Formats: sequence, structure tokens, C-alpha cells
Amino acid sequence: MARKTMIEAIRDAMDVMMGRDDDVVVFGEDVGFFGGVFRATQGLQAKYGTRRCFDTPISELGIVGVAVGMAAYGLRPCVEIQFADYMYPAYDQIVSEAARLRYRSNGQFTCPLVVRMPTGGGIFGGQTHSQSPEALFTHVCGLKTVVPSNPADAKGLLIAAIEDPDPVIFLEPKRLYNGPFDGHHDRPVTPWSNHELGEVPEGHYVVPLGTSAIRREGSALTILAYGSMVHVAMTAAAETGVDAEIIDLRTLLPLDLHAIQASVRKTGRCVIVHEATLTSGFGAELSALVQETCFYHLEAPVVRVAGWDTPYPHAQEWDYFPGPGRVGRALLETMAA
Amino acid sequence: MATAAETRKRTGKSRDTSVDQELLLQAYRDMLLIRRFEEKAGQLYGMGLIGGFCHLYIGQEAVVVGMQMALTPGDEVITSYRDHGHMLATGMDPRGVMAELTGRSGGYSHGKGGSMHMFSKEKNFFGGHGIVGAQVSLGTGLAFSNWYRSNDRVAVTYFGEGASNQGQVFESFNLAALMKLPVVYVIENNKYGMGTHVERASASRDLSKNGAPWSIPSIQVDGMDVVAVKEAGDQAVAHCRAGKGPFLIEAKTYRYRGHSMSDPARYRTREEIQTMRTQHDPIDGARHRLEALGVDESVFKQIDDEVKAQVQEAADFAQSSPEPDERELWTDVLLED
Repeated sequence: MARKTMIEAIRDAMDVMMGRDDDVVVFGEDVGFFGGVFRATQGLQAKYGTRRCFDTPISELGIVGVAVGMAAYGLRPCVEIQFADYMYPAYDQIVSEAARLRYRSNGQFTCPLVVRMPTGGGIFGGQTHSQSPEALFTHVCGLKTVVPSNPADAKGLLIAAIEDPDPVIFLEPKRLYNGPFDGHHDRPVTPWSNHELGEVPEGHYVVPLGTSAIRREGSALTILAYGSMVHVAMTAAAETGVDAEIIDLRTLLPLDLHAIQASVRKTGRCVIVHEATLTSGFGAELSALVQETCFYHLEAPVVRVAGWDTPYPHAQEWDYFPGPGRVGRALLETMAA
Repeated sequence: MATAAETRKRTGKSRDTSVDQELLLQAYRDMLLIRRFEEKAGQLYGMGLIGGFCHLYIGQEAVVVGMQMALTPGDEVITSYRDHGHMLATGMDPRGVMAELTGRSGGYSHGKGGSMHMFSKEKNFFGGHGIVGAQVSLGTGLAFSNWYRSNDRVAVTYFGEGASNQGQVFESFNLAALMKLPVVYVIENNKYGMGTHVERASASRDLSKNGAPWSIPSIQVDGMDVVAVKEAGDQAVAHCRAGKGPFLIEAKTYRYRGHSMSDPARYRTREEIQTMRTQHDPIDGARHRLEALGVDESVFKQIDDEVKAQVQEAADFAQSSPEPDERELWTDVLLED
């Protein structure tokens, strides 16, 4: 098995699916000739031709709208929005068309569409290149929302997403493309080649949507995390010595509630972490579910650690980003509660 | 430092007079300031003093300087993320622009915005916008406001050929034409949207005709020729001030550097760049005109020295200005009590 970066794993997933299924088409801004701004589609046009991997104009609404039509017809478009922050013009098509086509056609038409988007901060992108809009998708019934945290999962999840009969929003934490970023921005980057989850199996395999993974077993407290914050949580647990059980949700919808309940009922404590702003973030949903289904097992209030309720700042990126220091403090406070 | 527009006002030249020596010298200085500023920004980026995104305007200087010469103080200017040149041309302080690039408290947005997101109410510069094409609708709204206030102002709305395919650009064209709004749309066609050549993204082969369905009059102009741009600007502005509605200018230009600092630039040949630099450079072009008018070498030397000192001062300021206070993260989310 080869060790790969997350970008290579994502490219691998599209390559595998384009090879297996002529109906899979890949397109977006700079996706064809240039190979994608983060190189996710490099080589795909050369291998599969301009019919199946192509550049589009800068027109996010158009990209997604056309893809919805293709999907309704029976193709399997896998499109890239260059940054999740560019998604908003396409939001109408995602919400009003992609997510709702099955319901309003009584199942006659479906939308097997994947919309890939780099998400999150950590690259000094400022407010238009750093946002984490996952809650805007999880609030929309009819969509599935996926956030991988490592190369091995990214490939299996993306293959599952492309094979899925319904629209899937695939959010790729861009800071994880080249390594398992632990939130210590002032330290050298660890490459995926040093990480066991950089081991990416060859060929076709699936990580089923709706399954979480326990990244660290523990008995004192449960951390619910996804994407970049999985690695930050691992670091915070190691640095504080709190025996945390860390659940990598992997998919937000469908949600692996069973795994969450099993862990929280065991530990009695729960800290939820995400990069996105706090208010009405996906952590609010998780917190409510934990409270509703684990209340009599809880020994402390459920705590959320998230981005501040501000636009994503430029210079003060690391004041905004919920790094291991902030997460660690929450762990200690929750243990003391 | 007076900008070309201010000089024109002072010398009392009417808008339809061709550019005289004094004005051309000012244009030369303004273009040189942008060039040297951007070169310095590239250096500071290389030294790690500027983080994240940084889109240099080198090569395109004649577009904004030529247009600015056609304007009157009070006219609004709005543009995309490749915005440093526009800010300098409107007379914004190079120190404040550079300090925003370095994310310092002395920057125009106090480090909140970074390279792509800066504003000056004083200069009626409505930003720097990181979302491709989004400013085109805003510029149309500025023009509406001029119409609504019955003033004589014109809103100049810049965007790239890549952005010209966004749906909201055409929505804006329709509204502006329908309501006869005083907006000059300037397409800065530098041939590449990121790594995608215009011919791979636009079915339209003459972007100046993109307003044709709404009968928006237009000019296609050599954007490497500051005098030609100024004259096109004069015509466009006169049209708007006469209450005849929007005007579209396509300025054919070229960026010498990558799309941003991380651009591998494998989508064009070195020869193509060299040809533009050596045969079509806007600053060389202005200089040759001035030499033909008999301007002495010592004049250029003096301008070069003054511009160099001005840019060095901006760079020094941008490094000595303090980091933003921690509280700055929370200011200006909403109006504070």
C-alpha cells in the first residue's frame, strides 16, 4: 500500500470511478487543463479526455445547475467548487434543485451528484477563502454532507459519495491536503507519509457514508470532531493527558448517532469541536442530540469549542482557529465540572 | 502625492483633450508606483512577511491608471481581489495598503481583510472583493445610487475576463441598461482566469460585445497603452455623465506574474510572457512617448528615485506597524453598543 497525500487520495478516488463508470464526469474551474487549483484533478483530463474532465467558466451557479440536470438524466457528475467560500451563488441550485428533486418527483428523478469543495482555514485565506459552511448543508434535508480527516478515508468516502444515489456535499479540509495538521501553526508540517492514515489502498474500496471512526479510545470524556479538528483534538488530548475518546464523525449527515451515544454513555462527558463559527454551527445539533439521547449519563454540561462568531479574519487567523490550547482548556474544564 | 486625476483637475484640461506631457508624466509615475509597489510586495511575500493570497497587478498598470485619468474625484471605484493597483491609483496611501498586506494595525482594514479586502471611504474606493464577479453587482448598485441622488458621478466597476462569465454580471448588465445607470464596466482581459485561457472559458470571442443583448455601447482597447485607455475612459465617462446609461470597456492586458503567489504558471509559455514584457510593457510605452516629447533622462531618474523611496517607506511602515490588538478580532462584526 502506498502512502499518499489527501489530494492524491482524492484524485485516486475520481480516477478509480472514472475508470469503472463512463457516467462519471469531472469538471469545474481550472479542473481540466490546469488540474485544479489544489491539483486534485491533475492528469484526469489527459487520461480520460476533455469530454469527461473539463474546465468550466467561473460560474458556480452554472456548474452546479448543469450538474443537477446531468444527474437527473442519469450521469454521475463530480464537480469541484474551487473554494467552499465560492459556493454561495450555487446554493440555490444545491438547496432548491439537487436536494429536493427526489422528493418532489416522488422518486422518479434523483440527483446522484457530488460537489467537492476545499473547506476551512489555516492558509491565511481571509474571509473569502477560509470558511467552513457545513452547517448550511446539514440544515438542508435531502443532502448528505461528508468531511474526511485523512487520505485513506477521503478516498473511500469519495468513492462512496460518487456511488451514492443522492447528492453529496464533500468538504475537503484544505489544511489537511498535505499533512495531518495538529493546530500548532508555528511547528513544521508533518507529511502524510509519516502517518498511518496516509496508507491508501489501491483500487476500489468504500468507506460507507454514515460510519464514524474512533481515533483514540478513552474513558474520561468523548470528543466529537471532524475534518481538521480530529488532529487538533488528538493533540489536545495528548497535551492535557485527558483520557479522551475521540470520534471522527467522517459524515455529518447521515450521522453515526449510535457510536456517539455508545461513547458518551460510557464516558459521561462530551466536548464538541469544529472550526466553523459557534452559533448555529453543526456543534449545536450534536449538542442537542447528545443532550436528548444521553442526558441521564451526563456528568457535565456538553461543551462546544468552535471558531468565534466573527468573519474569518486575515491577520488574526490563529486567534480565530480553535487550536489545541483552546480545546485542551475545554477538556480540563469539562473534567473539573 | 497627486494622482493623474488630481493633476488633470488642477491643470484644467478638459476630458476630451489628448494627454499632454505633464499628464503623461503623472501617468508614468502612477504606473511606476504600482509596479514598484507590487515588486516590493512580492519580495515581502517571499520573505514570509505577507501570508496567504496576494495577486499582483504587474503588467496591467495602464488599465487602472488610464481609467483613473478619465475620472473626477468623487467617482466610485470597485474591483476584484487583484486590487493593489486600483487602490494606489485612487490615491490611497501605499503605507496603509502595504500594512494590510502584512496584516498590521496600520493597514486599511486593520489586518482583518488582507490583500483582497481593502476599502477607502475617503477615496470612494469600495473594495477589493475576494469572490469572483461579486463586485459587478455592487458596482451597479453604486451607479444606481448616483442616479438616485441625481449627482454627476460615475461608478467604475472592474472585473476580469474570468469573472465576465458569472451569471450576476449579465444580471447587472440588464439592470444597468434597463435603468440607464451611470456605470462603466471595465473588463480587464489578461487572458487567463487563474490557469484557464479565456478561449477555454468563454464562447464569446469579443468580450466587449458581451453587453450587446442590452445594447450597452462598448470599446475594445489596448490595455497596455495608458493613453488609449484614458481616451476610452473619457468616452465611457462622458456617455455615463450624459445620462445615457452603462458603458463597457474591454481592456486587453496581460499579467506578468502568476495568478497568485502559488501559481506554477505551466499554462503559458515563457516566450509569451517575454514578448509582452519586451514589446508591450505599458511603462516602457509611456516612457518612449515621453522621450519622443523630449523629456530628459534626469526627469525619469528623479521619478524613479521618488517612487522607490515612497515604496520603501511603505514597506518600512508595513513592517513596523504593530500587530492588531487581540480585541480587534471582535470589532466591526456589527455596530458595537
